[in-house]
Amino acid sequence: MNVHTLLAILVAALLLAPPAALSQAASDDASEREIERYRAMIGDPMANPGYLNVDRGETLWSTARGGRNVSLERCDLGEGPGKLEAAYGKLPRYFADADRVMDLEQRLLWCMDKLQGFDATELLKRPFSSTGRFSEMEDLVAFIANKSNGMKIQPQIAHPKELEALAAGEAIFFRRSGTMDFSCATCHAEDGKRIRLQVLPPLHEPGQQARDTMGSWPTYRVSQSATRTMQHRLWDCYRQMRMPAPDYASDGLTALTLYLMNNAAGGTIQVPSIKR
Amino acid sequence: MWSLIPIAALVLMFALSAAAQPAGKIDPATVESYVKSAFGKAKDGWENRVQQDETQRVCTQYRNEPPAPEADKIVAREKTTVIFPADGKLIGDWKAGQRIAQSGRGGQFSDPPGTASGGNCYACHQMSPAELSFGTLGPPLVHYGRARKFDPDEAKAAYTRVFNSNAVLACSNMPRFGYHNVLTEQQIKDVVAYLFDPASPVNQ
Repeated sequence: MNVHTLLAILVAALLLAPPAALSQAASDDASEREIERYRAMIGDPMANPGYLNVDRGETLWSTARGGRNVSLERCDLGEGPGKLEAAYGKLPRYFADADRVMDLEQRLLWCMDKLQGFDATELLKRPFSSTGRFSEMEDLVAFIANKSNGMKIQPQIAHPKELEALAAGEAIFFRRSGTMDFSCATCHAEDGKRIRLQVLPPLHEPGQQARDTMGSWPTYRVSQSATRTMQHRLWDCYRQMRMPAPDYASDGLTALTLYLMNNAAGGTIQVPSIKR
Repeated sequence: MWSLIPIAALVLMFALSAAAQPAGKIDPATVESYVKSAFGKAKDGWENRVQQDETQRVCTQYRNEPPAPEADKIVAREKTTVIFPADGKLIGDWKAGQRIAQSGRGGQFSDPPGTASGGNCYACHQMSPAELSFGTLGPPLVHYGRARKFDPDEAKAAYTRVFNSNAVLACSNMPRFGYHNVLTEQQIKDVVAYLFDPASPVNQ
């Protein structure tokens, strides 16, 4: 265990401790300052438990395994085999070898299968981490996305299949169904709205909130003590919408992600972030 | 022909720049194939949450702003689904209604089967002035009954809105709680009581 990891664990323990109760009498200014201090603290890579995922992801990326006993280091995420810098901000995108638009998680599964001969059946049964069990996908995504820190979200929308996925993603965003009659737009198509006290970013058009939102996933969720990817965020949205659980790494979720990334074009990637 | 090259270069530059592109048109069948890829394996009894009914389809098509004739059709159709209590009593127990308004449980794929559904009214509406944790997706409902002089006709209108919001306003954002059997008749009565009972915190 390196110093970085140890520090992250220590601060994780601090983070998970119950926050000091804020006096209701405290002025808004004092609360705001306290929240800013908290944000600064958790924005520090040495204090962000999401960097534990980054470390594990780095190991996973370079570990030889699968039927062919090779690592993922020759996996092409769109920028060339093994090239990680700036790859994340250009996903989802079209891959000629698969003749499909893929997000990072779909592409990693493709590389596991085609490059490593790795059987992902077990992994796909539980793609998200839970208490006491890591998720290789969360680790790999944290590691790879982190390689694009400080870089821009640059949607690749030129191939006919990218154009189709973008249009499908937009349609899905506005598509109402289910026992609550919700679509994504029910909550995310107007500025300044809240669910309870949770502020909702508008994501239906290009804008700073869309850029900030998409530039900050994957993120360490303090409430879940886990680093989550966009796949998990959408799965959780559909849970709250009372929809069936969407299929992990499905083309529908990738289309929706492409639509969201398109509205976040030009945003800066800074991950793993920390959220509630 | 050579004169087209700068234009092609410009198009390419635009395509690859870090600017959002407008999404193009797509036929509904293709959209549904993407929807199916995400939800095609929905467990038994959940498929109908993916299929759109006519109102959901039309509201999606017009992004919740249907032209007047379509809006009229929706309201007329949804009105026929509203079932009023056989005993004629629309106002139940406001204390039970408060619990329903506060509860966001039920109906999620992570819920144990048989979990009683809440109405989760506070997710979107301000209700009791004493509750500070309220959402703003819907209009505030503070002093709802008092502001309507506890008029029984208004209580009936509120019952209708909770049972089926689209029977009042086409493509309302509010779920059709009675239509979808999310809330029972008794629960809707209790929510109406939370709005209309003079003793309810909503009216304090």
